Amino acid sequence: MKQIPASIWTLTVGVVVTLIALWAGRQNIFFPEQASAQAPLVDNFFNLMFMIAVALFLLVAGTVLFFAIYFRQRPGDEGDGIPLEGSFALEAYWTLVPAVIVIFLGVYSVQVFAQMGGFATGGGGGNHLLMSHHRHHHTQLVSHGRDAEAPESQAKYGLGGTEPADVTVTVTGMQYAWIFNYPEGIVSGELHIPVNKTVQLNIKAADVIHSFWVPQFRLKQDAIPGHTTELRFTATKVGAYPIVCAELCGAYHGAMRTQVYVHTQEEYEQWLAANQVAQNSDLSEAVAVQTDQMN
Amino acid sequence: MAQAQIPVSGEYPIGQEQHPAPWKWYDYFTFNVDHKVIGIQYLVFSFVFYLIGGLMAVVMRTELYTPDADLLDPNLYNALLTNHGTIMIFGWVVPAAIGGFGNFLVPLMIGARDMAFPRLNALAFWMLPPAGLLLLGSFLFGGAQSGWTAYPPLSLITANTAQSMWCLSIILAGTSSILGSVNFIVTMVKMRVPSMPWDKMPLFCWAMLATSILALLSTPVLAVGLILLLFDINFGTSFFKPDAGGNVIIYQHLFWFYSHPAVYLMILPIFGIMSEVIPVHSRKPIFGYKAIVGSSLVICMVGLFVWVHHMFTSGTPPWMRMFFTVSTLIVAVPTGVKIFSWMATLWGGKIRYTSAMLFALGLLIMFVIGGLSGVTLGTAPVDVHMHDTYYVVAHFHYVLFGGSVFGLYAGIYHWFPKMTGRMLNERLGKIHFVLTLIGANLTFLPMHILGTQGMPRRVAMYDPQFTQINQICTIGAFVLAFSVIPFLVNVIWSWRWGEKAGDNPWRALTLEWTTASPPIIENWHHLPVVTHGPYDYGRAGQGKAAVTTSGS
Repeated sequence: MKQIPASIWTLTVGVVVTLIALWAGRQNIFFPEQASAQAPLVDNFFNLMFMIAVALFLLVAGTVLFFAIYFRQRPGDEGDGIPLEGSFALEAYWTLVPAVIVIFLGVYSVQVFAQMGGFATGGGGGNHLLMSHHRHHHTQLVSHGRDAEAPESQAKYGLGGTEPADVTVTVTGMQYAWIFNYPEGIVSGELHIPVNKTVQLNIKAADVIHSFWVPQFRLKQDAIPGHTTELRFTATKVGAYPIVCAELCGAYHGAMRTQVYVHTQEEYEQWLAANQVAQNSDLSEAVAVQTDQMN
Repeated sequence: MAQAQIPVSGEYPIGQEQHPAPWKWYDYFTFNVDHKVIGIQYLVFSFVFYLIGGLMAVVMRTELYTPDADLLDPNLYNALLTNHGTIMIFGWVVPAAIGGFGNFLVPLMIGARDMAFPRLNALAFWMLPPAGLLLLGSFLFGGAQSGWTAYPPLSLITANTAQSMWCLSIILAGTSSILGSVNFIVTMVKMRVPSMPWDKMPLFCWAMLATSILALLSTPVLAVGLILLLFDINFGTSFFKPDAGGNVIIYQHLFWFYSHPAVYLMILPIFGIMSEVIPVHSRKPIFGYKAIVGSSLVICMVGLFVWVHHMFTSGTPPWMRMFFTVSTLIVAVPTGVKIFSWMATLWGGKIRYTSAMLFALGLLIMFVIGGLSGVTLGTAPVDVHMHDTYYVVAHFHYVLFGGSVFGLYAGIYHWFPKMTGRMLNERLGKIHFVLTLIGANLTFLPMHILGTQGMPRRVAMYDPQFTQINQICTIGAFVLAFSVIPFLVNVIWSWRWGEKAGDNPWRALTLEWTTASPPIIENWHHLPVVTHGPYDYGRAGQGKAAVTTSGS
């Protein structure tokens, strides 16, 4: 009745679990395409955690199932199990190993967050204005766009940077639309940005809290009435991606969606030129059209 | 001093002849001060609200079967999602776990004749029916529609009457919770039988102690936030009105300072139930008693300092994001200690596949999924993508349904014989378990993908690319709804006609099994004497409740 030694079993289980975890960490079942410089950072960090999670889950679930089957009550056996009350070594082991893992993940997350630009906030343009609760203030919205380069008096939070960005857009969330104000005087219901340029969004809210989210960019920032928040990123792929409101903002929260268009530099300049001419010829009318489209 | 006024374990003998008659069914509908009546009142009340909250979820999932908002008015959808969350937390898990099991079990487990303040206890329970009626009544005024988080300014400008009723309801439920917590702490500190030192107190009681401390520290802060909100809505103040100088972020801090610990309020008692159910049904001493006690207290303390992880995308400065990332991750360590301790308890046991044990094993696996997804969410970089998506919905349903609800079911299957004197039907129990396990995973597992792929939570209409996955979730929700039927049939049938349980059907060693089933009024004729630890399975005199007196 020579059994296979426990160490062989442990080794085999360890190898199998590791292989499955490594494989699982490489499967992209979770994310849509990566369209910003920040997206690969988030995905790689998540996939690392997913890999660890798969390994831990297999170990825990496998052990529970194995114990549940192996140590089941045999017919007719009404006795008790082994009176084992603890083991300092084991308990120290399963306290310290998870502690090391989470501290590693904590430190690593700080690094990833720094790479994403999470610590460089408070720069850029934008101003802090208390907004009205009513949404039909066309001139006010336009003036926000114009004031976008005014000096900042209050610390802003989000993902930002101290260097001036290539493109700065003021974003206003309102029930149930996003309004994008460009320094050039353009007001748009969709976001147009050039590829591979740093984009700074100064985000405001006109009525309730909204949240600006582009899943393909892996970035989200709340739009908060009374605060200006910021979001800085670099889009890396030309295309159109959804902008989704992620904070419950009322009955039609689910319909508060628009698009971000990532253009090549030439396309972007063309769009800028075309819209500057069109909108500056009759400013308030252009805004009114935009607002109506949003409703 | 206070000690003199509390009947500390006094051997005040109640003779058979002068012992009061057992409670009649109608006593359960009155202001009754018996902790066992109150415990059952909590459990039945909360289960009714579980069914109401579950029905709301089924209606929402039906709406989400298609991408368009074609079944419900979107305002009603928001009212349903708000009240589903509120009811499941304040109407089901908290009252069932803390009020129900806590009240029924704590005095029995520590050898006390009742809670320290029986009238306060009854008062705490009777605050809940008006709280529940306020929530249900709010639907006459459209229902609160700003989510269970009730963030201003949305909560200030939507359905004012219903939102005010919602605030009052939560303030009532919170007050009830504070009163209950005081009662539990005093009871455990002052009223253990003299033969029970702290290190022989059952782990469920330790979990209730940690829970009560946490509730006592955090609940008042929620009450403050909601009172300010109520004033903003009704009395013209502007604490949270940005256009009048108010600050909406302050509300989020006040809210989450309570509401993150609230998730530990909903899981710590469940952990306590696990620590009772697993040793009994695997006939093994609990592995690492002191580590489990310590981890409850660590969770209680660290749990007070993680709330900002709900606000990583609010106006939160970078240092705060980092501090709260690390503190959040640390919670995984004591939680892991518990999971590993229960696993080690299984090792070398003689495991009975009772329905209680099946739910406990199911919890182990489900909770690990929820815990691991929680670690990913707790890190700021990933949360910036995942926050407010279906990934979060998936995560908290794994810990709250796969954790809390599985644990409550395990507790019901385990203690129903003690509460009613009748066994539950094991065959129906197993059907219930299998349906619940399949339904829960079918409903909540696909939601992870929905969230990461780009579907926000709390939406009645969504991008059509997510239709198929949503349909799987909806089918799962129907399975979950049906899974309740065998349980309901089982409970109602067994309560009347079930097999008689006897004093100690599981041959368990904690004190509640040393009296009659259901326990007599005042619990014992003569208080029991603790002669062994609560988990001394496999020792001499194994499987026998080694106490000197019995209640029957």
